[in-house]
Amino acid sequence: MGKNKEIQQILPRATGFFFLAPAFFFIGLFLLFPFIWVFIISFTNVALTGPTALNPAFVGLENYVRLFDFSRWMRSGEFGNALRNTLYFVLGSAVLGQAPLGLAIALAFHRRRGPLRELVFSLATMAWILPDVAVAFAWIAFLDYDFGTLNTVLINLGLGKIDWYFQHPLVAITIFNVWRGTAFSMLLFSAALGSIPPSFWETAEVAGASSWQRFKDVILPLILPHILTDLILITLWTFNTFTPYLITGGGPFFRSETVSMYTYRVAFKFLEFGRGAAVAVVMMAINFVLATGYLLSLRRRRAYG
Amino acid sequence: MRKCFKLLFVIGLSFALLGIATFAESIKLTVTSRAVRGGVNTLLVQWLEDVVFPAFENWMKEQGKDVVVEFIEFGGTDEALKEQYALDLKVGRGADILGFDGFWIPEFDAAGLVKPLDEIVGPSIWEWEGWKHIPPSMREILGYQGKVYGLPLGTDVRVIFYRRDIFEKAGIIPAGSGLRWQPRSWEELLDTARYLKESLPGVIPLQINAGTQMGEATTMQGWFMVLLGTGIHMYDFYSGKWYAKHPGILEALNFYKTVYIDEKLGDARTQLIPGARARTFELFRDGKIAMLVEGDWFWRSVLAPGSEWGLPNRNEVVDWAMMPAEEPGAGYRGQNFVTISGGTGFILNPNTKHPAEAWALMGFAFSREMQLEFQKLQPRIRARDDVPVIGDPVMSEMAKALLRLTTVRPMLPGYPKISYEAQLMTERVVAGLMTPEEAMEAYAEALKEIVGEESLIIVE
Repeated sequence: MGKNKEIQQILPRATGFFFLAPAFFFIGLFLLFPFIWVFIISFTNVALTGPTALNPAFVGLENYVRLFDFSRWMRSGEFGNALRNTLYFVLGSAVLGQAPLGLAIALAFHRRRGPLRELVFSLATMAWILPDVAVAFAWIAFLDYDFGTLNTVLINLGLGKIDWYFQHPLVAITIFNVWRGTAFSMLLFSAALGSIPPSFWETAEVAGASSWQRFKDVILPLILPHILTDLILITLWTFNTFTPYLITGGGPFFRSETVSMYTYRVAFKFLEFGRGAAVAVVMMAINFVLATGYLLSLRRRRAYG
Repeated sequence: MRKCFKLLFVIGLSFALLGIATFAESIKLTVTSRAVRGGVNTLLVQWLEDVVFPAFENWMKEQGKDVVVEFIEFGGTDEALKEQYALDLKVGRGADILGFDGFWIPEFDAAGLVKPLDEIVGPSIWEWEGWKHIPPSMREILGYQGKVYGLPLGTDVRVIFYRRDIFEKAGIIPAGSGLRWQPRSWEELLDTARYLKESLPGVIPLQINAGTQMGEATTMQGWFMVLLGTGIHMYDFYSGKWYAKHPGILEALNFYKTVYIDEKLGDARTQLIPGARARTFELFRDGKIAMLVEGDWFWRSVLAPGSEWGLPNRNEVVDWAMMPAEEPGAGYRGQNFVTISGGTGFILNPNTKHPAEAWALMGFAFSREMQLEFQKLQPRIRARDDVPVIGDPVMSEMAKALLRLTTVRPMLPGYPKISYEAQLMTERVVAGLMTPEEAMEAYAEALKEIVGEESLIIVE
């Protein structure tokens, strides 16, 4: 309460609201309103074309029931199939790919300077900031079955070629996403390592700790909160990313279709906004759980810190 | 002070008048279609930009109107264009004249996104000289429930295109004999494919479209061409119901299974990868595919010398045959051979700010003179009966042999969704995900959701 009084002395509450009003207005207009709108139309059969475009009707939970029709939801092109693909994609590219790789690069160059570090960091960051379409095109060319760079190299090495986009589409977009997003984890861990006081390091060295012991007993406990933050953030991003669509289109026969592509297909290819909205609501719910996890972990850290 | 106001008033008025004058004088019309100069449908762009637009602009100028016409190229797939149109029209935008596929009309009309020509322009459209040369069957291509939404560029038919050079190499046709190949049943078609597979490894004997990547090209060039050969259509025009489960559907799916799974006479991968259609065109051009079921668009636009996948010696190395029914006489309406027609053309955007000028442009482009100009670039079956197929005996021959055997898709708002389900059904079979029985079961389930059980024909 005491704190509140201090703030009131600086700025009357009404004035505060006045200054916040534009922000609230825009948040309401561009975030809250669409959210509520999507939620409402997810209970209708509204579409962009066809008879239900002019005369939409409330259909209750039908869109959701259709989404979770377990008798067929693992079939190609159904929601369960997309959900499973997303799970593999997020686990493979974010949890098992980006985070450990980013940590490994950060550790390898910890307390080191020099051209090699600059080169690695620049290249990784470049992969992260290039525009989606350019990157997708490059990867299509890189992994193409007949003319791809990788297969040309493999053939010249006598290893034979691999049909990435047809035989292993999910693996292909997973590798792509690791390449694409490792920079974030690398930068975050690099900063986290930099925040460890050098005295901890030197003490460990003097005590004769092996590098594994140093990692396990000094580094890991200190950067654990950062690992958590990193994992939650990249899980959220990977869950929502749409760039792989530009490479595989979700195919062949929906083997690399993730939930975000599924939403796009229902809403913008079939032009069924009602059903698309229902998928979007489910996606938002999953995002909400992930984001809550992130915020809770931040709060816990603040409590400890 | 008063003088000052007066001066201001005069200046203001003259600016306003000037504004109105310039506004009224210069009218800009836009036309869009899936066409790119030097790429897909390049001949359409050449015809419009090099012939029609300059002539139209001159004609308008003679009438004292300053009209500028611009073509907006669209290089994506048909499906992407449809998506773009739906979004554009919904927000009241888009080009004044839109290149449109006839079977989209019912779905768009039901949503109020497109309107009949006379509702947009007024009854004056019926004064156009061209109507008496456009027979009802042609008006129906871009029509729905007796109303006309646009003018078609023509209609088409579907056949098996085959490479004469490959057939001669394999000894199916004696070289230089001028003899032609024509299978009489599925078995004869498959036997030819088997023989090619044995004698010429590295050549894909037969591609018949399957899967969702190919979009409507799967339904028209693939599914319909096989299904009609079993004696049924996707839709029964008499009862107004859809075939959901039928021995014919199973036979058709088993044909796919024979081609792509059991005997590998076709390459399923080429059907299912992104960019499947472009890849197929490329392989046929390069002599890696021996037989391909396609529409006459493939002949007159895709393979036309100078086009993106053009073959300079097209007339020597490519020939065509009619698609046989499963057995002679077992096809749709008891036919020996089957085919199906569709058609594209141009419609008016109901949101156009210049309906009169836009309609004038359409009427001008579909005048006999302009259509004859198009025939010089790309001979085909045109909508006008006073515009013959000139300079391409192959096109005339196809039209003569097949227009009497042809059928069309049902013009219903639900068709595009059911068409997608048919594509999905073939995909599940050729990818080996489902047996023909399972795929048909899933198809029937989906149809039930789309049109309701009472609109289905189920024959176990």
